[in-house]
Amino acid sequence: MITFDGVTKRYADGTVAVDDLSLEAPTGEITVLVGPSGCGKTTSLRMINRMIDATEGRVLIDGVDVRTVDPPTLRRGIGYVIQQAGLFPHRKIVDNVATVPHLLGWDRRKARARAMELLERVGLDPGLAGRYPFQLSGGQQQRVGVARALAADPPVLLMDEPFSAVDPVVRASLQEELLRLQAEFTKTIVFVTHDIDEAVKLGDRVAVLRVGGRMAQLADPATLLARPADDFVAEFLGRDRGIRRLSFVSGEGLRLRTDLTAPASAEVSSVRGTAAPWLAVVDADDRPLGWVRVGELPESGTLADVRLAPYGTFVRGRDSLRGALDATLLSPSGNAIAVDDSGRVRGVLTRETLEEALRQAAGGAGGARA
Amino acid sequence: MNWLAEFFGDAANWSGPDGIPVRLLEHLEFSAISLLLAALVAVPLGLGIGHTGRGALPVLLSANAARALPTLGLLVLIVLLMGVGTDVPVLIPLVALAVPPILVNTYEGIRGVDPDLRDAAYGMGLRGRQVLGRVLVPVALPLILLGLRVAAIQVVSTATVAAYVGLGGLGRFIVDGLATKDFPRTLGGAVLVALLALAVQLVFTLVQRLVVSPGVSGSRAVR
Repeated sequence: MITFDGVTKRYADGTVAVDDLSLEAPTGEITVLVGPSGCGKTTSLRMINRMIDATEGRVLIDGVDVRTVDPPTLRRGIGYVIQQAGLFPHRKIVDNVATVPHLLGWDRRKARARAMELLERVGLDPGLAGRYPFQLSGGQQQRVGVARALAADPPVLLMDEPFSAVDPVVRASLQEELLRLQAEFTKTIVFVTHDIDEAVKLGDRVAVLRVGGRMAQLADPATLLARPADDFVAEFLGRDRGIRRLSFVSGEGLRLRTDLTAPASAEVSSVRGTAAPWLAVVDADDRPLGWVRVGELPESGTLADVRLAPYGTFVRGRDSLRGALDATLLSPSGNAIAVDDSGRVRGVLTRETLEEALRQAAGGAGGARA
Repeated sequence: MNWLAEFFGDAANWSGPDGIPVRLLEHLEFSAISLLLAALVAVPLGLGIGHTGRGALPVLLSANAARALPTLGLLVLIVLLMGVGTDVPVLIPLVALAVPPILVNTYEGIRGVDPDLRDAAYGMGLRGRQVLGRVLVPVALPLILLGLRVAAIQVVSTATVAAYVGLGGLGRFIVDGLATKDFPRTLGGAVLVALLALAVQLVFTLVQRLVVSPGVSGSRAVR
C-alpha cells in the first residue's frame, strides 16, 4: 500500500503544487490521480519514487517512508512508465526492457530471457526484440515502456499519462492490455491522467484533484459518477454522466423473457396469435436474425421469408446496463436480445424490464445531484 | 599542374629529414598530440557542465573567447617567452584552437538530450554517472564526434604555422617555398595539407559509423 500522509510540495518561489494530500493506494489496485493541468497529479506521482521530494508530510510504501531509502535503490523496485515511453534510443528493444534487471546485477542470459518473456506478455512480436526504438510505432513503444517497467517484477507501478500521446484506437487497446496485465500480475498501480474517461475505465479508485493540488474527491468510479462531491467534480466528469455510470451497473440480474423468440423455420400461422407486438427470429443455431412485427405478418410462408427489422444484442453476464440500453436503442422493437459468450440467444430484454432496472440504478445513486 | 608534377615527381622530396614522409609524420605528431590534449581537457569538462548544468556560463564564455585568439600571434608570443627547442610552443596554440569546438559540442550534445529520456533513466534507478555514461554519452555521441572532427581538421590545417617558428611539419614546404620563390614546393605543401584534412574527415566518418549506435544514427536520419 502506498500512503500519502499530509503531503505538501511547495517550490522556492512559493508555488504550491500539492497541498496537504492524504491518500491511500491499496495494494493490488489501480489508483488513478486525475485532474486538470496544474492540479499536482504528476508531482504527487513523482514524490512516490522520489523524482521529487515532498516539502512536508510523508509518502510511505508498505509503511516505509520513501525518504529513508536511497533514490536509485528505491526506483529499481518501482516500475515507472512515462508519456513518451522514454526508451533509450541507442539500445535495442530487448536491452531496453532488460535495463533494470541489468542494474540489479541479474545474469545476462536471465535478464534477456525475462525481457523476451515480457515482450510477449505485453502483446509484442518477439521479432521486434532486435529493433531500435525509432523503428517502432508510438503504441509499440509504449508497450515496450510497460514491459520495461515490469521487467524486474516490482510490486509497485507508477504510470504518468502513459497513453496520452497515442491515437484513440491504440489508446483503447493499450488500456485493455493494462487491465489484462493487471488481472495477471496484480500490481499496486498509481496512474496519472487528465482524461476522466480513462480514469473511470481503469481505476479501482479515482482521486480527483483540483488546481492548487487539493483533493476534490476520492471514490470508486461508480460512486464518483453517481455522487460527485461538488460542482467542480461534476463539471470535470462532464456530460453523459448518467449514461456512463450505467457501465458500472451489472446487467447480470436482468430478467429475460424466453417466450419472445421464434425459429426462422416456423410457419407464419403458428406465431400469428402471439400477444407481444414483436418477436425475435433466430436461426437453427440459435443465433439472432432480427425482429418481426406480429401485426404485419404475411398471409403464409415461414418466418425466413419475412423482412426483418434490425436488432441489438448484449452479452449476458458480461455487458453492463449500458450495453443493454445500447442494444435496445438499436432496434425499432425497443427490446434487446441477450446472447451468451458464443453469440447464442438466451432471451429477450424488454423495454419495460430495462426501464425498471434503470429506475433502480438511479435510486441506488442515492441523493444524486442533477 | 606542372608545378605539382615537378614537386611530387622529384625523388629528392621523398627522402631525407626534409622529405615528404618525415614532414608528414611531424605534422601528424603535432596534430595528434594537440588534439589528444585538447580532448582530455574539453571532453570531461563538456560532459561535466552538460550533465550538471553547473559552471556552464563561465566555461562557455571563455571557450568562445579562446576562439578569437589569433593562433599565429599566440605562437610567436610563446616562442618569445619560452624560446624554441621543444614542440611545446606549437602545441599550446593548437590545443587552444581545438578546445572550443570540442567543449561546446560536447556540452551542447549532452544538454540537448531529450529531458524525457533523462527522466526515464533516473526513474529506472540509474545513478548520476550511469545516466551520463550509459545514456547521455551514447545519445550525444554524434555531436561529440562532430566537435572532435571540426577540431581535428582545424588543427591539421593550422599546424602549418609550426614552420614559422622553425619547427617541422608540412608547413615547412609552404614557408620555405615562399622564402625561396620555389612555388612548386609551396603548392605541393598546400596540397598535402588539404589532402590530410580530407583524410581526417574520412577517418572520422568511419569512426562515427563504428561507434555510434544504429538506433541513434537511424533515428536522426528519419527525422
